[in-house]
Amino acid sequence: MKKRYITLTVYLVVIMLPIYWMLNMSLRTNADIMAQLVFFPTDITFSNYMKIFTDPAWYNGYINSIIYVVLNTIICLVTALPAAYAFSRFSFIGDKHVFFWLLTNRMSPAAVFLLPFFQLYSTFGLIDTHIAVAMAHCLFNIPLTVWILEGFISGVPIEIDEMAFIDGYKFPRFFFFVFVPLIRSGIGVAAFFCFMFSWVELLFARTLTTTAAKPIAATMTRTVSASGLDWGLLAAAGILTIVPGALVIYFVRNYLAKGFALGRV
Amino acid sequence: MAQINLDEIAHSYLPDVQKEDEYALKRIHNIWDDGGAYALLGPSGCGKTTLLNIISGLLKPSSGRVKFGDIDVTDLPPEKRNIAQVFQFPVLYDTMTVFNNLAFPLKNRGFDKEYIDKRVREVAQILELEPFLNKRAEGLGADAKQKISLGRGLVREDVAAILFDEPLTVIDPQLKWELRCKLKEIHEKLQLTLIYVTHDQVEALTFADKIIVMYEGWIVQVGTPQELFEYPNHKFVGYFIGSPGMNFIPCTMEGDQIKVGDALIPVDKKTAALAKAAKGKLEMGIRPLYLKVSQSPDEEGFDVPVTGVEDQGSHRIISVDFQGFTLKARIAENDPIPESTARICFSKEWIRLFADEKLLK
Amino acid sequence: MKKWQDNKGWLFILPVFLIVAFSAIVPLMTVVNYSIQDIFGPGQSVFVGTEWFREVLRDQRLHEALWRQLLFSGLVLLIEMPLGIGIALLMPAKKGFGASLVLVTLALPLLIPWNVIGTIWIIFTRPDIGLMGAAINAMGLTFDHTASGLHAWITLMLMEVWHWTPLVALLAYAGLQSIPPAYYQAAKIDGASSWSIFRYIQLPKMRGVLTIALLLRFMDSFLIYAEPFVLTGGGPGNTTTFLSIYLVKIAVGQFDLGPAGAFSLIYFLIVLLFCYLFYQALLNVGGGKES
Repeated sequence: MKKRYITLTVYLVVIMLPIYWMLNMSLRTNADIMAQLVFFPTDITFSNYMKIFTDPAWYNGYINSIIYVVLNTIICLVTALPAAYAFSRFSFIGDKHVFFWLLTNRMSPAAVFLLPFFQLYSTFGLIDTHIAVAMAHCLFNIPLTVWILEGFISGVPIEIDEMAFIDGYKFPRFFFFVFVPLIRSGIGVAAFFCFMFSWVELLFARTLTTTAAKPIAATMTRTVSASGLDWGLLAAAGILTIVPGALVIYFVRNYLAKGFALGRV
Repeated sequence: MAQINLDEIAHSYLPDVQKEDEYALKRIHNIWDDGGAYALLGPSGCGKTTLLNIISGLLKPSSGRVKFGDIDVTDLPPEKRNIAQVFQFPVLYDTMTVFNNLAFPLKNRGFDKEYIDKRVREVAQILELEPFLNKRAEGLGADAKQKISLGRGLVREDVAAILFDEPLTVIDPQLKWELRCKLKEIHEKLQLTLIYVTHDQVEALTFADKIIVMYEGWIVQVGTPQELFEYPNHKFVGYFIGSPGMNFIPCTMEGDQIKVGDALIPVDKKTAALAKAAKGKLEMGIRPLYLKVSQSPDEEGFDVPVTGVEDQGSHRIISVDFQGFTLKARIAENDPIPESTARICFSKEWIRLFADEKLLK
Repeated sequence: MKKWQDNKGWLFILPVFLIVAFSAIVPLMTVVNYSIQDIFGPGQSVFVGTEWFREVLRDQRLHEALWRQLLFSGLVLLIEMPLGIGIALLMPAKKGFGASLVLVTLALPLLIPWNVIGTIWIIFTRPDIGLMGAAINAMGLTFDHTASGLHAWITLMLMEVWHWTPLVALLAYAGLQSIPPAYYQAAKIDGASSWSIFRYIQLPKMRGVLTIALLLRFMDSFLIYAEPFVLTGGGPGNTTTFLSIYLVKIAVGQFDLGPAGAFSLIYFLIVLLFCYLFYQALLNVGGGKES
């Protein structure tokens, strides 16, 4: 018992090191950073964070990112759940092919899609809107969500569905009250990945927005100035990009950590 | 193992337990004879799976001891007790063939190949799994899979008891019957102790020699199906067993007769005496089967309005209003259904009296 | 696994199908269009058929980039898959403070924008302002990813494993959590060893999530752009110029949409081929999902 926790702890500490280092830098001025290497900073300053909180260009970036990421996660989950259910439970013409085809949409480098997407969304007048980025991210997030959910749904024996129908459940009631609780782990994981891939995605978000919906990741590339990279500011912004995602995984942790429960007696 | 002895078992899933109602099992003190077929019957949440897991060793009781014969096994893990367990849904090693599934428990215990081969084939024959031995377990139907689960218990010659946790839940109705027959066959042939958990009384009544009725963590009654039907110790047993369950009406005693509202119902002297001496809320119970609907107006009984009729196929159930209480009576297939009034007769020998929900006898 | 034969399945998948198809078809047509034309300027182009494809396939530097890419992705899979599964097995199973702490910590590297990841590792490995750089220096070793190809690769691999192993671990963990306790109980009664439990219960039951993890990691590592670009820019020299970086060099650097289009299609087909092979292999390992 002990041994496994030691290994795990070591691994987690190693993971945290670069992040801790970012935190370290975010609390110091650029001059301080370049001057010396300290494990525990002595001259702590919050000026980097203050700049972000007070400069609209910065904090709007966060808000914009959160908006389109949440939009994207909702769209993906809502459309992918029925699709995943169908791929798992139904056998229909072309099912295996469509399933694999979905995933192929993640197999091209993003660079390929940039110009066509720009032209497409321009035509609809959707440039610089949150929905444009949310929809663009659907291209790679929906297939992933469908794949993840399908795996979890297939882990639930189809006999459970059949029993419920025999017991007289109508489909919507069965789906929401009986089935969804059984695949909580999967929904939690899928929601997290949707959020994550959309949150860190840079190319589409930058290309499809100009000012009103500009995401934080794009703003961060502005920290290059004549004097080189503004390390402190960049570090602070980096730390702040982790926070929303950390909150998301905190909220879905119960879905991940809870096991599958087949009835109770 | 000669018998299974549960000595003052109590169990709570909570770490710091104070009140009685936080116990999943309140006090289980029971001896089960070797070779019997027992059913643990009760509604959801009554503690039957908890008890089963304590017997098999998957759960260690908060207090009390479990003994197999003279040996205290409370601290022994499941693989060291001579038990096998079949779960609610088929639990198999999907990537293995049927043969390897059955062989698995023996391989883990270090038996040699020839012995394993012999035992697996023997068990496969009993369970009619021979044609599937070389197939992957994954692709088979639910009933075959449950047989394999059962088979893994049977291959071990040291297994003396097999525990079943609602094993027919995912089986198709027509196959349920076949599997039940197979279980009975195995019981007769191998003389193993079988303990079968279910919430379905039909399963319990057809399967078991003795039924243990549980309710809210207590053992309410242990008895043969007939005993439970005719002499339910507790109102709950009267209500739970039988379809529909026993009729219960609050009553009082007037002299040697039971008084319900304005009506007086004669009852035998012994029961009357018990009732008069009893303390607590008095109730009369009679099963719909024994609440006779008389065809002749001369028979001693009561004329009551009929409030409903249900058709159950082989018989019908009528509901009547007696002194403000609804009673159900069973009418045999060929008897006529009364239209608006019926004459009901309380057969003395089948009237049961309960004080504070416990049978007076 | 049993399924119901019913074409109404199409109704369920319709929204997904429409959204994705719509987003995919337009760019696909555009790319195909570019790949078969020589574009001089806006509105001026000449049909050249398969010329770009042939030129791209003859490109020596493309072959080199391809080999580097294959090596990179291969290493990624070899390290991240077992490591991720191992971590998942070590993680606490019950709800509670421990599980929450581990989950949140584990997920942190995944949540950082990819350009920032590159920046973090630039700093981290610098001997003057970086913890790891300074530590290595203190041990008397010289480590410079801007000068040595090997060091660049090591840094990249460290960064990549650090960044993405949690993905495999999270997927594997969620898969493990979905195994009903009855399987472990039955295994106990059968007297199974920890290794048997892993091999016959856990691994098979994780097949779905592990397939996803494998395919995702292969795809994403094969298409990787931002992190190595920020860290090394493809250097020193060409040592870390992977396929995506090379593609962008052609498209943007030389501004040649024709060869870029052809390359994109070929790139896509390579990824598709590998994914298809992995997918079929994993499908058949367990005797098939649809059996």
